Amino acid sequence: MYTQKVMEAFQNPKNVGEIEDYDGMGMIGSEACGDIMQVFIKVENGVITDAKFKTFGCAAAIATSSTATEMIKGMTVDEALAVTNKKVIDVLGGLPPQKIHCSVLAEQAIKAAIEDYKSRAANA
Amino acid sequence: MENRIYLDHAATTPVDPRVLQKMLPYFTEKFGNPNSQHAFGRETVTAVDDARDTVAALIGAKPSEIYFTSGGTEADNWALRGAAHAFASRGKHLIVSAVEHPAMIATAKELQKEGFSVTFAEVDEYGAVDMAKLERAIRPDTTFVGVMTANNEVGTIQPVREIAALCKSRGVAFFTDAVQAAGALPLNVGDMGADMLSFSGHKFYGPKGVGVLYVRSGLRIGRIITGGHQERSMRGGTTNVAGVVGLAEALRLACAEQAQSAAYVSALRDRFIARVLKEIPYIKLNGHPQNRLPANANFSFRYVEGESLLFSLDLNGIAVSSGSACSSGSLEPSHVLLAMGLPEGLAHGSVRFTFGKDNTMAEVDRTVDVLKETVVKLRALSPLFPKELKNEVFPQEA
Repeated sequence: MYTQKVMEAFQNPKNVGEIEDYDGMGMIGSEACGDIMQVFIKVENGVITDAKFKTFGCAAAIATSSTATEMIKGMTVDEALAVTNKKVIDVLGGLPPQKIHCSVLAEQAIKAAIEDYKSRAANA
Repeated sequence: MENRIYLDHAATTPVDPRVLQKMLPYFTEKFGNPNSQHAFGRETVTAVDDARDTVAALIGAKPSEIYFTSGGTEADNWALRGAAHAFASRGKHLIVSAVEHPAMIATAKELQKEGFSVTFAEVDEYGAVDMAKLERAIRPDTTFVGVMTANNEVGTIQPVREIAALCKSRGVAFFTDAVQAAGALPLNVGDMGADMLSFSGHKFYGPKGVGVLYVRSGLRIGRIITGGHQERSMRGGTTNVAGVVGLAEALRLACAEQAQSAAYVSALRDRFIARVLKEIPYIKLNGHPQNRLPANANFSFRYVEGESLLFSLDLNGIAVSSGSACSSGSLEPSHVLLAMGLPEGLAHGSVRFTFGKDNTMAEVDRTVDVLKETVVKLRALSPLFPKELKNEVFPQEA
C-alpha cells in the first residue's frame, strides 16, 4: 500500500529531533487523533536554514514529516508557506487515499512554525 | 524476505497440508454440484453430509443444526438479522456487547436504522461483559443477546455460560461468535448453552471463505440469503464443497490436538509477555492477564503509534496487527480498547501479537529483540515522550 519512497523515508527519516534555539516552532494534531507533529525551524535573512521534527503517528505521517522538512530547508519562509501536502505526496510517489489526511499534518505544522517565527520577529 | 515471522494468527492461519490434501479432489475430479441429480453431484453430497456430521459431532450439535456459510461475517450477520426479524413481533430490542467484531457491530447499527433498538453491553477494563449491567439491560422486548466467546483483539474470554443461563432465564435467544475460540478452546454448544454460534474455517488452519452457523433445533430464525434449496432452504448458494470438507477436517484436527496446541502456543505467548513486561518500560498489557485466548498478547506502547510500530516490525519481517486508527482505515482507534476504557493515545499505540503452532521460541526472542529496538527508535521520534524520562529498554535476564 505504501510506495518504496514512503517506506524509505519512514525507515530512515531525515531531520529528526529538536532545535534548541529555534526561531519558530509549530505543533499540530492530538494524541486522541493518533498523530501529532512538532516542527522547529531556524531562519536567517528570511531563509529557512534548518528544520527538524518530531512526530507521533503512522508511517505516512513520519514519512511526510521527513520529506516536508527536507523540502523547506533552503527555502524562504514565503516559499515554504507554498509547500502543500500535495507537493509532499508527489515527492513521495503518492499515498493511499485513506492516508492523505496524515500528510496535511506536515503542511499545517510547517505553517504553524512559520506563523510562530513571524510573530516572534514582529515582537522582537 | 528470508526468515519471516508470522504473528498474526488471529487474522488468519495457513491451511494445514493435511487439510489441503482432503480438499484437493473436490476442485478437480469430484467437482460436481451437490444439488445435481446425477452421479457427479451425488459423490459431493456425501462429502458435504460427512463434513456436516463431523462438525456437528465435534461441537456437540445435531447435523440438522449446522449451516455452512461463506465465513464468520456471514454467520454473524445471519444470526443477528435472522433472529431480529424472526422475533420482531415479540420485541425489537437487541443486545450485543460493545467489543463484538465489526460483523456484529455494523449489522446492529444497520438494524437500528431499520427501527430496532440496540444496547451495546458494556465491558470491564479487561473487555469482559459486565454481568450486572447486562442483566439490567435485558428488557421485556429484548429478543437477542450476542456476546462473542473470546475477543479477537485482546483475547479476553467472556463468561459465556453465565450469559447463556441469564438469557435462558429471561427467554432471550443467545448467540455467541466463536470465530476466535474455535480450535483454541474446547467448544460444545450444550456446555456453553448457546442457542446460536458461529465460526470460520481459516482461523484454525482451514480454508478461507467458509464458516458455520449453528442454530439450536426449535429456534426458527429468518434467512438473509435467498436462492436455491441449499442448507435445507435456509441459505441459498452452491455449497463450497472443498471448503466445507476442509473446514471439517481442520476442525477435527484442531479438536484432536487442542490441548497440546494450546499448551504450546500459550508457552510461546507467556514467554513473550514476560519478556516484554520486564524489558520494555511504559507499556500496558491489554485484555485479561490470565483469562484470555492461549495465542493472544496485546500491548499498548506509550508515546508510540501502533501503525508505525506495525510497519517497523514488517520491515524486519515480523507480521503483527494494530488497533490504531491508521491501521483500521478509519479515523477511530479500536472500539474494543475504547470500550475497555483505554485513553485514545494508548488505543492508538496498541499492537496485537497472535502466536501459532508453527512459531518457535527463537522467533519469540527475535521478535522481542526487534521490538525493543523499534520502540526506542519511535520514542526518539515522538514529541510525546517526556524529556524527563530515559528512552531505554532493559537487557534480557540471563
